[in-house]
Amino acid sequence: MAKLKFPRLQQLILLSVVVLLAFVPLFGDLFYLRLFTRIMIYAMVALSLDIILGYGGMVSFGHAAFFGLGAYTVGILARFGVASAFLAWPAAILVSVLLAAVIGAVSLRTGGVYFIMITLAFAQMLYYFFFSLDVYGGSDGMPMVARNTFAGLIDINRHTTFYYLVFGIMVLILFVALRLMQSRFGMVIQGIRDNERRMRSLGFATYRYKLVCFIISAAVAGLAGALIANQTLYVSPSFLHWTRSGDILIMVILGGMGSLVGPMLGALCLLLTEEVLSGYTEHWMIVLGPLLIVVVLFARHGIYGLLAGTKQSG
Amino acid sequence: MDPLLIFIQGLNGLQLGVMLFLMAAGLTLVFGVMNLINLAHGSLYMMGAYLAATVQQRTGSFLLAVLLAIPLTTMLGMLVEVTALRRLYKRDHLDQVLATFALILFFNELVRIVWGPQAYFMAVPELFSGYFSILPGVSYPIFRLVIIGVGLAVALLLYLIVSRTRLGMLIRAGATNREMVGALGVNIQLLYTVVFGLGAALAGLAGIMAGPILSVEVGMGESIIILTFVVIVIGGIGSIRGALIASMLVGLADTFGRVLLPPALASMVIYVLMAGVLCWRPQGLFPAYG
Repeated sequence: MAKLKFPRLQQLILLSVVVLLAFVPLFGDLFYLRLFTRIMIYAMVALSLDIILGYGGMVSFGHAAFFGLGAYTVGILARFGVASAFLAWPAAILVSVLLAAVIGAVSLRTGGVYFIMITLAFAQMLYYFFFSLDVYGGSDGMPMVARNTFAGLIDINRHTTFYYLVFGIMVLILFVALRLMQSRFGMVIQGIRDNERRMRSLGFATYRYKLVCFIISAAVAGLAGALIANQTLYVSPSFLHWTRSGDILIMVILGGMGSLVGPMLGALCLLLTEEVLSGYTEHWMIVLGPLLIVVVLFARHGIYGLLAGTKQSG
Repeated sequence: MDPLLIFIQGLNGLQLGVMLFLMAAGLTLVFGVMNLINLAHGSLYMMGAYLAATVQQRTGSFLLAVLLAIPLTTMLGMLVEVTALRRLYKRDHLDQVLATFALILFFNELVRIVWGPQAYFMAVPELFSGYFSILPGVSYPIFRLVIIGVGLAVALLLYLIVSRTRLGMLIRAGATNREMVGALGVNIQLLYTVVFGLGAALAGLAGIMAGPILSVEVGMGESIIILTFVVIVIGGIGSIRGALIASMLVGLADTFGRVLLPPALASMVIYVLMAGVLCWRPQGLFPAYG
């Protein structure tokens, strides 16, 4: 396998963020602990979207579907007394993977605008499905009694333990994703993004590569969904709503797509901005909206591009 | 199933279809001519409804509400085009989706500030408030029949504009080859603004007519915009004929789904329909080009 290639500055950003995050629990404030747990979970979702968006060039506007489905899987299993994370979390991933296989198989037959709208529509379909499914809370959602158990090994009902578990999973996923995007598979995916016709004529089964990429991304989002259900102890259709997909998309673009680290920074910045602005005014969206338009129009490579000064393709 | 019920539900489906068509026509025009994917189309629908509700509350006249709200929505649409969206035509679809998504956030919050978070209810205009007996023993709200009538009339008008007038010719030409139209001396930027205004007017009209049968509230644009996307994806993006047929299909499928199926499944019917159509024809029923 190729060694990880990083310009020094990027390494520095990555390292400092990781180290800073590792020290958050030492301040001991429960509010910040919960806030940063949430941020790291969304950072994972943003990273998973970046795999298909930034590297694969597939603009999915329905990524919340997999996130929400992961959460619902954990919630529904808990309802039936399956509290073990060793069962529930892989199940969340599996369900997301299966759904992604179906959605991907249909959506990837099309491209461009159609792909955007179809992924959006599928996510809404799932949203309305859970919205009208009264057995599992319908529009109100349903509470979870307790967080998942780890056969007595660790107790994630302790906020600090849960924080470090999420932190560990996030770092692991980031590492694996970085390796994956620099592997042969990642190169093929990026090749397809830049010129699909050429990749096809080189003999790659581009449809299959894209589908696998889509599924991998959904698996990560599903796992993040399982984590958010444990974080909030509440599962509701709002996890699946299309504005959630929009938020995730914004995190990726704001942070700088096609860099994996960037979207995670995007999640950090968006959620922190939200937290700060909502402290000043309940109408913080009226600031955020135009701010986003400006970012889209003038800062194409996002925060990460500004920090690392990288020239990205895509 | 009772044939009478089928008939009534058919009318309901038609009414939903007509509303969807008004939205889809504007959206698909804007996409066809400017190659812009505009999520904020639903916000114009919402603004139309709010403006009409306000005028109606102040003056008590629905007619005045229609006469004022449509031009105001049109102007608002043109303003948005000139200030923000114009810059996005050459960008890729991802940028367009994001910027117009941000516009939705902006408009929703604007409405919350100006009108407050509570929902408004518009009264059905006096003239159309009764029931009309279509068949002996079967009555149907007149206002819904008016919606169907207005929608079909607008569809016809739109067809005439696009196929018979100079503006329509420019729209068709612009959809086929923008650069060439510009090179032939047409003020393409003005054409864009006009087309966007036309789309905004249609969205505003849909919003006004939705006012009395639904509640006027923040987020009302979002529930219809998704359905509209389904419509134009099924119909073929950029095709008005496709939008008309697909909106009727979606309207009927959704309405009958709600009658015949349990709620959790009923809400999925149109998406299954869409997936089915796309498996069969990935570019929609009437692809506008290629």
